[in-house]
Amino acid sequence: MGANEFLFLLIGLKWTIALSVIGFVGGGVFGLGVALARTSGIPLLERVTSGYIAIFQGTPLLMQLFVVYYGLALIGLKLDSWVAVSIGFTLHASAYLGEIWRGSIEAVPKGQTEAAKALSLNYVSRMKDVILPQAIRISLPATIGFLVQLIKGTSLAAIVGFTELARAGNIISNQIFQPLLVFGIVGALYFVMCWPLSLVGARLERQFAAATR
Amino acid sequence: MNSQSATAPAQGAEAMIKMAGVEKWYGEFKALTDINLSVRQGEKIVLCGPSGSGKSTLIRCINHLEPYQKGEIRVGGTVLSDDSRIIDAIRREVGMVFQHFNLFPHLTVLENCMLAPMRSLRASKAQAEATARRLLGRVKIAEQAEKYPAQLSGGQQQRVAIARALCMQPKVMLFDEPTSALDPEMVKEVLDTMTGLAEEGMTMICVTHEMGFARQVADRVIFMASGAIVEEAPPAEFFTKPRHERTRQFLGEILRKH
Repeated sequence: MGANEFLFLLIGLKWTIALSVIGFVGGGVFGLGVALARTSGIPLLERVTSGYIAIFQGTPLLMQLFVVYYGLALIGLKLDSWVAVSIGFTLHASAYLGEIWRGSIEAVPKGQTEAAKALSLNYVSRMKDVILPQAIRISLPATIGFLVQLIKGTSLAAIVGFTELARAGNIISNQIFQPLLVFGIVGALYFVMCWPLSLVGARLERQFAAATR
Repeated sequence: MNSQSATAPAQGAEAMIKMAGVEKWYGEFKALTDINLSVRQGEKIVLCGPSGSGKSTLIRCINHLEPYQKGEIRVGGTVLSDDSRIIDAIRREVGMVFQHFNLFPHLTVLENCMLAPMRSLRASKAQAEATARRLLGRVKIAEQAEKYPAQLSGGQQQRVAIARALCMQPKVMLFDEPTSALDPEMVKEVLDTMTGLAEEGMTMICVTHEMGFARQVADRVIFMASGAIVEEAPPAEFFTKPRHERTRQFLGEILRKH
């Protein structure tokens, strides 16, 4: 395998990272909205978001990408594959992060909300100053775990013609007929991204366990 | 039912809190029955009764931590309603101290005390800090200002919780079993703080089983059972000649323990 082939893989890696970041940032923003809606106490909002979460947790990511890419094209919305997979990953990540963060918000003891209310803090301040800082700490290990899954999940974007790391590997492998070598390198590149995150997650989990002792 | 105080508040002093015919249900279960209670400015009330008798529920209705279904509650002339602006306004006037302290664990002692004044009274940071340090000094815990709640003992945490509530300059303080979660050796420091507060003229409603505190501090002791007010009297009378059988029973049990 020459330098050109390796460079091609690195370009694929760049798109994998870009897609992960988009999915995570988009999912973070909308996921926070989903988590707040799920804990809002407003029945309609809670039901709608819980249905949304059920659908996206209950179907394969691959199918979700298909539906966004081909489904939207069918109703006349011809999206660039870039935009389509970004939307797909954002929707997917919003559902999972929304559910993780809902659980974390609910794991903050009820007395915290009561004390904040008794001090006449309004909803925004109760969330921003009291509940979310504690909920985020509780959610960190699970959030990082999901991020790792999301990075690996970006390989499914290949199915709609998006050339990220996995598909780049496939292309190179078909050119130079050294699948073991090529996919070994591809795997190593994924590992280099995900393993440090897993380490950070494990460390945060230990810290959290120590802090609550 | 006894509703003497509702009909005869002390002469000249306005009612700080007035509850009239308040009823509350949890589904089918009736938690409060026809509560009539009037508390004058500066008055100290001790609420006692067996567990599940509705004492905590009663004071939690006053700052709308619990909604109620019937009757009216007034705090300093404002009628409590479901309107969030009214609720917020009343909560600014009414401080509350909880059994389990409920300090914010991710904030230092000082930040715990500064948060609400800055957010809901729009105090400046400097103002809020000055008030917080002064009141932490008053509960004798000024030197712990930079620590986190988990680094303090239970008694210290509860004194911080009192200071945090006082930072809002409330007109009324509600205490919900403030010493029940404390080790025995820490009960006194919290009770002393509360006694000090009472001596300075704070209007207080305390749910507590500390009968020594009731004797020493309370203007009136109210006994509740099964969600209703059974008896209320000044402590001297309450402890020496309770009128109702249930009160005698309760006093018999609780005084034997102490």
